[in-house]
Amino acid sequence: MTQEDPVTQTDTMVNVAPIEIAQRRERPQSTAARETVFDIQNLSVSYGKAPAIKDVSFEIYHNRVTAIIGPSGCGKSTFIRTLNRMNDLVPSAKVEGEVLYHGVDLYAPKVDPVQVRRRIGMVFQKPNPFPKSIYDNVAWGLRVLGMKDNMDDRVQHALEQAALWDDVRHRLKKSALGLSGGQQQRLCIARALAVEPEVLLMDEPASALDPIATSRIEDLMHELKNEYTIVVVTHNMQQAARVADMTAFFGLEVLADKSRTGILVEYAETDKIFTQPADKRTEDYVTGRFG
Amino acid sequence: MTAVPTEFPAGRRFGDRIGDNTLKVLTGAAGVGVVVLIGAIAWKVIDGSTLSFSEFGLGFLVHSVWDPVHNDFGALSFIYGTAVTSFIALLLATPLAIGIALYLTELAPRAVREVIGALVEMLAAIPSVILGLWGILILGPFMLNHLEPWLQSFLGWLPLFSGSPDQKGILPAAIILTIMAVPIIASVARELFMSVPDDLKDGARALGATRWEVVRGVVLQYTRAGLGAAVILGLGRALGEAIAVTQVVGGTVNISRSLFASGDTLASRIAAQYAGFETNLQLSSLFYLAVILLVFSLIINLIAQLIVRRFEFQRTGGT
Amino acid sequence: MATTPPNIDPRAAVLFQTDKRLRRRRIVNRLMEALGTLASLLAVSVLVIVVASVVKNGWSAFSVDFFTTSPSSSGFGTAEGGILPSIVGSFVLVLIATLVALPIGVMVAIFVSELAPRKLADTIRLALDVINGLPTIVTGIFIFSVLVLAQGQSAIAGGLALAIIGLPLVARSAQEVLRLVPSSYREAGLALGAPRWRTILGVILPTSLGGILTGTTLAIARVAGETAPLLFTCSLAITTSVTWDPREPVQSMPLTIFTSAEQPDPSFHAQAWATGAVLLGFVLIVSLISKFFLARSRRKLAR
Repeated sequence: MTQEDPVTQTDTMVNVAPIEIAQRRERPQSTAARETVFDIQNLSVSYGKAPAIKDVSFEIYHNRVTAIIGPSGCGKSTFIRTLNRMNDLVPSAKVEGEVLYHGVDLYAPKVDPVQVRRRIGMVFQKPNPFPKSIYDNVAWGLRVLGMKDNMDDRVQHALEQAALWDDVRHRLKKSALGLSGGQQQRLCIARALAVEPEVLLMDEPASALDPIATSRIEDLMHELKNEYTIVVVTHNMQQAARVADMTAFFGLEVLADKSRTGILVEYAETDKIFTQPADKRTEDYVTGRFG
Repeated sequence: MTAVPTEFPAGRRFGDRIGDNTLKVLTGAAGVGVVVLIGAIAWKVIDGSTLSFSEFGLGFLVHSVWDPVHNDFGALSFIYGTAVTSFIALLLATPLAIGIALYLTELAPRAVREVIGALVEMLAAIPSVILGLWGILILGPFMLNHLEPWLQSFLGWLPLFSGSPDQKGILPAAIILTIMAVPIIASVARELFMSVPDDLKDGARALGATRWEVVRGVVLQYTRAGLGAAVILGLGRALGEAIAVTQVVGGTVNISRSLFASGDTLASRIAAQYAGFETNLQLSSLFYLAVILLVFSLIINLIAQLIVRRFEFQRTGGT
Repeated sequence: MATTPPNIDPRAAVLFQTDKRLRRRRIVNRLMEALGTLASLLAVSVLVIVVASVVKNGWSAFSVDFFTTSPSSSGFGTAEGGILPSIVGSFVLVLIATLVALPIGVMVAIFVSELAPRKLADTIRLALDVINGLPTIVTGIFIFSVLVLAQGQSAIAGGLALAIIGLPLVARSAQEVLRLVPSSYREAGLALGAPRWRTILGVILPTSLGGILTGTTLAIARVAGETAPLLFTCSLAITTSVTWDPREPVQSMPLTIFTSAEQPDPSFHAQAWATGAVLLGFVLIVSLISKFFLARSRRKLAR
């Protein structure tokens, strides 16, 4: 807070997302004890020489929506892709530190990334349905993984969970590419849920969608957290305020050799991040002073 | 205030127009000439065959005799030879080429990719006469002494592998054609596989699919049409090859169920008789063979090109 | 096989469990990866085997005489002398083919990418691709019926047949690079008041030089090795002396290989291998040169 700033800290905080915060207060807070799903310890990722994130440590809890926010370039996408070993696909990626999933390091030598991704699913920024029918999009994963019993029921259940069933029940055999953007994204969610993961990672799932589709996705996140662990990367602070129980704020740090890397600045309940951030950098970001 | 010219020098503009028109006419003639050339080729080849056609009619296509002494000619055994060698070549070349393309796009480490890709392309650059030379002097004896007896010992009960092993015949010809078709199919397939968007593959991977499952479920399906065109292009190459085939196929007028037997294809029969046609009817019959070959080749080429164009259209959304 | 380490949360234990199905999927994956690698190794091996055969067998016949003298026999009995007529003849044929295909190919490319209406351009492009896929024996027999029946065989006839084969290669490469020339060049030329033909010839063409060179070298590498088009157009040459007259049929390396390979006497085989080595070396070097031109023109236009 500078001397030129005439507004008090508290006023500024509430001004940022008053409606969202108020709406959150209306929803019953989950009173179940917090159960750790991911325990991230000193995680650093670099692509060749370029550092992406450095020394990130925090815990992600079950049945919660955890949002990852921060300015562009601070490694949010890199971070979330470490949780399901999608970074393996980039040859120059180097991962140090530990990502403990229920106590087991995902990067331990004996762990098969194929199995990891089975338990920890992902939805991407741009909806990417397969060029197949709606039914086959959901069924493909089931067939590959051998979950072929009661296929029709499984497909229906997944589509219901993604709030898409009513829209598509009469045209399951039609191509998925004929759906609108929001519907395609919900199809991708259904596809991910069909294989019964424990965690659903969402990398800016609504950034390519219009506001109405966005709000449907956000409602979905709220419902899904009852059964799954949701981690969502978003560049939209208001969205984090609306949907997330916990929020992790990533920032940029300039290293000695002038390169920039992402770091975890602060991690707390969303309310706290937006109303009483402990770190000045967090405060600057959520009040819109930068980023 | 500078004076604005009220008219531009007419002479210069006239010269410009002449230049423009000359360029348009010259290049237009070249361009249109290309299209006309195809027509000219078709016309001259058909024209050359009229004597034979008037003599044999369409029965030429189902007649399996080729007898210069008695002036009796027919294309059937060569159509058969063309079909069998091309079919086997494609059967062998397609999985090999797709395997190579998948290796180059999905499996191989970056550094290796370029090197092996370049080596496979070099295979396409080898002149067919050199492959034929290698076929006569090295592959042939190998087939006679090793490969064909080995095949016969395991599969000799099939009529395909009956008869006595020979160093010339349908099988060596088919193998040489395979070597020629693989680089063509592989290079088209490689480009196709590289065009599959990453986020489509990511979607499959994130579900916990293995690399092969991603290929089978997403990559191969996405590139289905283009792969068809690639195979057809390979077929076109195999169909039209005259030199390497005539060097190893044995050059007999023969329809046999055995792959060890010798035979001949349309292109290689034409090539074989370049020095020895005695009568006009024989020459005209060679032209008739060329017409058949041309028809097959044009159809196949056009189909492949149309598929490629449709695929491009789909991929770029019509731009 | 991975066994589940003790004291692990059951939800994470799933990561280590391998059921029959997963094992099978992994095996299939490994198998497919192995097959792909094998296929590539096979292709490379074939290349190595063929090239090695040519070099190994051809090397023994190399000598100064081989390159500078003509065969002293007429083709029967044993081979004697060198292949000078073939080398000269190939040079003549490729030269004629290039002299015809290069300008026409460039003109076609200019027409298609600068001047032709869309539909006509598409048709011409299709025609080029079709010509590229024509069996070369048919091309040879076409020129035979046009030229040879009336006037006998000649290097010109052979060269023309080769030109037809090389034309699509020149035109396609030229076209691709013409397409990459930024339209700002064309607009600048027009804005200066220059007529189109000056802009095309003076600005756009020189910029596309790299692509034209690429196409030309590709065509040279291709036609130098072609035999089928020469069979009916340029195969009855006098083998014992060098001919420079394009109105006469000339010897050529591919034809020498073709006829020598058929002879029973091993001395002819050695000659075939050696000629093959020369031809292969030439083709591969020119192919490499074409790749060099391609890379250079890509770099220039990517700026």
